[in-house]
Amino acid sequence: MTDTLSEYSVLALYSAMAIYAIAFVLFTLDLAKGASGDPVAGAEAQKVVVPERRKLARVAMALTVIGFALQFAATLMRGVAASRVPWANMYEFAMTGTLIIVAVFLLVNLKWDMKFLGSFVTGLVLLLLGLAATRYYVEIVPLPPALQSYWLVIHVFVATLATGFFALGFALSLMQLLQTKRELAVAAKEKTRLAFLTRLPDSVQLENYAYRLIIIGFVLWTFTLIAGAIWAEKAWGRYWGWDTKEVWTFIIWTIYAGYIHARSTRGWRGTRSAWLAMIGFAAVIFNFTVVNIFFKGLHAYSGL
Amino acid sequence: METLSRPSDHIDSAPQRDAKIVNPNLGVVGWLRWFWRQLTSMRTALLLLLLLAIAAVPGSLVPQRSSDPNGVSQYFADYKDTAPILDQFQMFDVYTSAWFSAIYLLLFISLIGCVLPRTKHHIEALQAQPPVTPANLVRLPAYAQLTIAGKSAEEVLEAARKVLKADRYRVARYDRAAGGTGKLKSEAAITVSAERGYMRETGNLIFHFALVGVLIAVGFGGGFGFAGQRAIYEGQAFTNSLIAFDSFNPGRFFNSANLTPYTIQLDKFTAVYEEKNSNAIGQPVDFTAEVTTQIQGEAPQQQTIKVNEPLRIAGTDVYLLGNGYAPTITVRDAEGNVVFTDSVNFLPQDKNLTSLGVIKLPDGLAEQVGLIGFFYPTVSEGHSGAYFSMYPDLIDPRLTLDVYAGDLGLDEGIPRSVYALDTADMTKLAGRKAPQKSLEFSIGETVELPNGLGSVTFDGVKRFVSLDIHRDPTQGWVLVFSLSALAGLLISLFIPRRRMWVSVTENSDGSVTAECAGLARGDDPTLDTAVNALKDKLERALGLTRD
Ligand code: HEM
Repeated sequence: MTDTLSEYSVLALYSAMAIYAIAFVLFTLDLAKGASGDPVAGAEAQKVVVPERRKLARVAMALTVIGFALQFAATLMRGVAASRVPWANMYEFAMTGTLIIVAVFLLVNLKWDMKFLGSFVTGLVLLLLGLAATRYYVEIVPLPPALQSYWLVIHVFVATLATGFFALGFALSLMQLLQTKRELAVAAKEKTRLAFLTRLPDSVQLENYAYRLIIIGFVLWTFTLIAGAIWAEKAWGRYWGWDTKEVWTFIIWTIYAGYIHARSTRGWRGTRSAWLAMIGFAAVIFNFTVVNIFFKGLHAYSGL
Repeated sequence: METLSRPSDHIDSAPQRDAKIVNPNLGVVGWLRWFWRQLTSMRTALLLLLLLAIAAVPGSLVPQRSSDPNGVSQYFADYKDTAPILDQFQMFDVYTSAWFSAIYLLLFISLIGCVLPRTKHHIEALQAQPPVTPANLVRLPAYAQLTIAGKSAEEVLEAARKVLKADRYRVARYDRAAGGTGKLKSEAAITVSAERGYMRETGNLIFHFALVGVLIAVGFGGGFGFAGQRAIYEGQAFTNSLIAFDSFNPGRFFNSANLTPYTIQLDKFTAVYEEKNSNAIGQPVDFTAEVTTQIQGEAPQQQTIKVNEPLRIAGTDVYLLGNGYAPTITVRDAEGNVVFTDSVNFLPQDKNLTSLGVIKLPDGLAEQVGLIGFFYPTVSEGHSGAYFSMYPDLIDPRLTLDVYAGDLGLDEGIPRSVYALDTADMTKLAGRKAPQKSLEFSIGETVELPNGLGSVTFDGVKRFVSLDIHRDPTQGWVLVFSLSALAGLLISLFIPRRRMWVSVTENSDGSVTAECAGLARGDDPTLDTAVNALKDKLERALGLTRD
């Protein structure tokens, strides 16, 4: 039973990846189409162009929803097969983590039109899932006693949720930087290869979006930090011991606190704070990959 | 318009001319004031935060004495040249190092310097009236207007006041006489000025103060508590007193009189290993220690300790940190008199619990004898003939002992670990490269010692657990402050602070015009919506809505 379920899970995951791949292509084509439709540089300085009904992007969006449903099924089956939450090793972290990134993306799209992030989201998710499925796949094994705690459910889930928000914040900040570059070029009546950004919100709007998502991520991360400390106290007898993973959780928290401050510091709002948001997410990814794989510490037994 | 109290380089503060900052004739007080201004500026806070993040990195690259002392020893062995240099820079104690401490202490001084004046300002603001209505509402970032017939200006204004009150705004009335001359002449208006979201600033202040609280609680916590370790085997009891610990680390202000006496006896330890899942055979699934605890003067209690379920007793927390096997061994002299009989904790060496232990026999035999033992819960023989354990549970247990005779080195008064044998002054009598093979036992077997020294019997095996016993009297405070920080954060990031104004003017045709305008203070994504909602509510309150 367990074996067939986990095989179906793998099958569903590969199908989801195939669908994401198509969505990625369509999202990217849609962005590129924006470029060809760009008016001559300088003609339309900083105008926010309201996204018109874009067929490609809508199809891509629908595919993303289907991919999400398949990935959700894959993750669920993995969890049922293991009779525990599906986030106890690298492979499962990647599966659940990317699922949540897509979920946050879809959710945010209900509120604001962010289809222009579709390329980034499906691209990132494909990359992570590809790595996880090919390099870090492990058969289902039971949880070691140290991980048998409802804190695994809470702490890791909230951390992953925060990651989803940080990921979108990263993408928006990147777009913001490029948009700023384009706006400067347009203002100086120079040619720019960033014409595909014409249809995106202007840099200030992008920054506001990024900020709003990142503060949600930051609150969730603060909770992760506290929940992690409570769990560490139960499992290891101390709430904080500067274990490698704890160090990186702290570093990430501090960078984002810096980001929030930067937004309020004259001379730092805009480009510089966008860089901080991107460094913050780089640290998140580093924490998830390099720290998990190469650094030793108490968290190491969470398994590759 | 008066603003929130903010450091001068806050994005909402009016820019100042930087040229004036450094003035050669400042004098001592002037310089101090300048320095303080710099320290409590947003830029400094930001830089210190980023610096703190960077300073934390090396501690994850290099092993730390606090979390991984063995790793540090290994590092010194592996990198003989660089390790002492790194040590000079406190790289093995990053989080207690002078430079790391300097950064966070500066950051917290900056924080306090920043937050205190803001607190004062905020308390005043909480008692103040909302500010006077600006003359020209159209210019504000969010604006809406409606013209109403058949209502008096006072009626409309009163309705607006009620709507704002109901939305939990603090409201004040300011009327404006007609002003200006010629074409720019403005009409007389009656207005209300309203402000809400004071909690935003309150939350921000709570957040920052709570961080100070966390720092102080953490700082003191280490001082008053202690941490001790003790290994006990099944049937053995441990009394909570200084001498009973295998190792003990008191905090700086710890007083051993604070140790409440109690005993913990290990009745039974159960380890469950995976048996079915072929990908995880032998992986531990559950560890449970059943213990009997007794606080002095109270009845004994039966309790369990698991990995994620510490035992809380008499203000201390007892954690199940490790476990292993304790073979029971009896040694007799040549005449058959018992000179030693006890269970000895063997330390696990791998995940299948191949275990290593030491027995020292200073008295009773013709010579001092030391035994180094290997225990294999499920023995198997490798190609080279060496034994290893292939499963962590007791299926086919085997014990081997290497025998040394000579001077155990116990008489010099140097403390010796019970887990290590100093063989420098001893001769190996049995084991590899010795005259005779290691002694080898299954449960119940007796084997003669070399040179007619006597005999050893392997009576059986018990389980032992290593317990960590902690007391941290401030950890509850750390939690309280952390949760306050979280609460403050939620309030301050998601409650919008904004001002609203409604100004009512009478038109020449007898109708009145109500203008609604809003101004955000801090990030406020819903300002426009709020102003339009105000207009709608006002219409409804006046009975003007069509639907
Ligand atoms: C341990 C160091 C610090 C951390 C982790 C930290 C973190 C934060 C966070 C997360 C926020 C946004 C949430 C909120 O408004 O409550 C914030 C806001 C703020 N912090 Fe800090 N902070 C620190 C130190 C400081 C210092 C030293 C100052 C003064 C120089 C300062 C001044 C401010 C101000 C003025 C705001 C409000 C920004 C706004 O107008 O929205 N903070 N801080």
